[in-house]
Amino acid sequence: MGAQTTKQYAPGTHPDLPPPVRTTGPIAWMRINLFSSPLNIALTIASVWILWSIVPGILDWVVFNAVWSATDRKDCWGQMAAARDGACWAFIRGSFKLFLYGWYPEDQRWRPNLCFVLFLVAVVGVLRENMPGKKYWLWYAVAFPFIAAWLLVGGFGLPPVSTNKFGGILLTVVIGVTGIAFSLPIGILLALGRRSNLPTLRTVCVVFIEFIRGVPLITLLFVASTMLTYFLPPGSTFDLLMRVLIMVTLFSSAYIAEVVRGGLQGLPSGQYEAANSLGLTYWRAHQLIILPQALKISIPGIVNTFIGLYKDSVLVLIIGMMDILGLGRARLNDADWLGLAPELYLFIALFFFICCFSMARYSLNLEKRLETEHRR
Amino acid sequence: MVNENSDSQTSQTTSVESAEAIISITGMHKWFDDFHVLKDIDLEVGRGERIVICGPSGSGKSTLIRCINRLEDHQQGTIIVDGTELTHDLKNIEIVRSEVGMVFQQFNLFPHLTALQNVSLAPIWVRKMPKKEAEEAAMQYLERVQIPEQANKYPGQLSGGQQQRVAIARALCMNPRIMLFDEPTSALDPEMIKEVLDVMIELAESGMTMLVVTHEMGFATRVAHRVIFMDEGEIIEQNSPKEFFENPQHDRTKLFLSQILHH
Repeated sequence: MGAQTTKQYAPGTHPDLPPPVRTTGPIAWMRINLFSSPLNIALTIASVWILWSIVPGILDWVVFNAVWSATDRKDCWGQMAAARDGACWAFIRGSFKLFLYGWYPEDQRWRPNLCFVLFLVAVVGVLRENMPGKKYWLWYAVAFPFIAAWLLVGGFGLPPVSTNKFGGILLTVVIGVTGIAFSLPIGILLALGRRSNLPTLRTVCVVFIEFIRGVPLITLLFVASTMLTYFLPPGSTFDLLMRVLIMVTLFSSAYIAEVVRGGLQGLPSGQYEAANSLGLTYWRAHQLIILPQALKISIPGIVNTFIGLYKDSVLVLIIGMMDILGLGRARLNDADWLGLAPELYLFIALFFFICCFSMARYSLNLEKRLETEHRR
Repeated sequence: MVNENSDSQTSQTTSVESAEAIISITGMHKWFDDFHVLKDIDLEVGRGERIVICGPSGSGKSTLIRCINRLEDHQQGTIIVDGTELTHDLKNIEIVRSEVGMVFQQFNLFPHLTALQNVSLAPIWVRKMPKKEAEEAAMQYLERVQIPEQANKYPGQLSGGQQQRVAIARALCMNPRIMLFDEPTSALDPEMIKEVLDVMIELAESGMTMLVVTHEMGFATRVAHRVIFMDEGEIIEQNSPKEFFENPQHDRTKLFLSQILHH
């Protein structure tokens, strides 16, 4: 009796077998994930108890006892079993157009609407892979901010709308999207400049990045709202929104630059050498070889910065711009709707959460899609 | 190009040494900061000549061939490649780089591009070849290195030997006059060394000018016209493979050969 008698197959003849059958289905899932040990059972029970005691109360307040249409808050309370028994969403509904457009002239509101549609088209066009005519989509995406600026501000055939009429979600989105669209290319250039062999260029980039990162955004916004006028020729008017957009973009681009620099440093030097040895110029090598890889590594950091920028845009309320938060707070002082802060802040939180969560999900998708390209 | 190859193949068998120099390096020095890595290098390489460079690690052999396409810059002396002197002039560097192909120890394929895209990239962007034409050429070179079936795979999906063959095809697709190999088989598993060496031997037989840093002495004996031994930044001795291996002149060469041949 040799050892080989215990083997089912002679050496070299073993077939590929399927993996052992595992217990699957919901019961098995629960056993593995919820009831695998005494501690796990205790945690499961505790979690269920906590959810049980909190969720119904929240749902009652937010949904079941909520009032959706009313003329003012007294009317709201009147419709409830007890005052403040539920949310008074009538407040948000009544102010919704104001929250959405600010004071943008009512007969011109098709323009922001059209902008939003064009924005979605641009986003989908760039995000989708294998889109036919990819080049034209990219050109369109590059042109979009300028088309949008023309549509929103007017001139050249459209009735002009002053930017101090912008407010609410419109203003928040304008600041957020402009900051995101322009800070990425500027940030990439700063990162490349910081790694340049030219000492002057490198110093300029380092000083810029470190100065911008070392100063709070609010300070920059104050500079935008007050000091810039001192530097400009007397009598010249430079739109406040424009100044804020520039500051927000510069602020964010300094952070993007550092994130991208991290990605660039993550690339092995062999990639540069291979690109150089093929005779690719600096810009071609970066366009074709270096940046596609470095940006891929940097996606989490870039999106992180974008989300930060988007939320930080509410700081403009400090210099008197009425973004969604500023406008909402002003609305709270309306005699009809006094004391409805919870509804307002829930609404604003939900708005920001939807925007930022979409960005986060999209970046995850993007990472996954790019990852499959060189899975090992 | 095919005609050129067959022409040079016939001429190369007669006498390579007498042919005009395609690379000529005179009195070249290089420092890494304070470290004197290459010392007074003189080297003439004839058209169609195949040179194997060997030496202990840190002897400057990789640095020497990296100076030829200016992945490293030299501080003294001159390097002239096919009539173009390497200086700080970017235009000259671009000319030389598009004439000189390089294969690296670590392959350095572009991981975000398929094998075919890796090979066709430089012809499209440097030679301004139409995409379709470049891809056809790339396919031909992938066939020449015997992996046309891997054209649409990403480097991460290929074995080391396959990656290195794609890297050779990538360099060849630029139609270079000179090929530099920097320890092309040192990072490979033993069973993959042969498939890469076979491609290099086939390339040598087509009459390509080649400078190869390697310790594959079988390869040197088979294809090299000349073997150069370097130590501590200097060319210690150079000779035909037969003379070099059978009758080394210098003590350091003897020591090196005894270490790599009789282990």
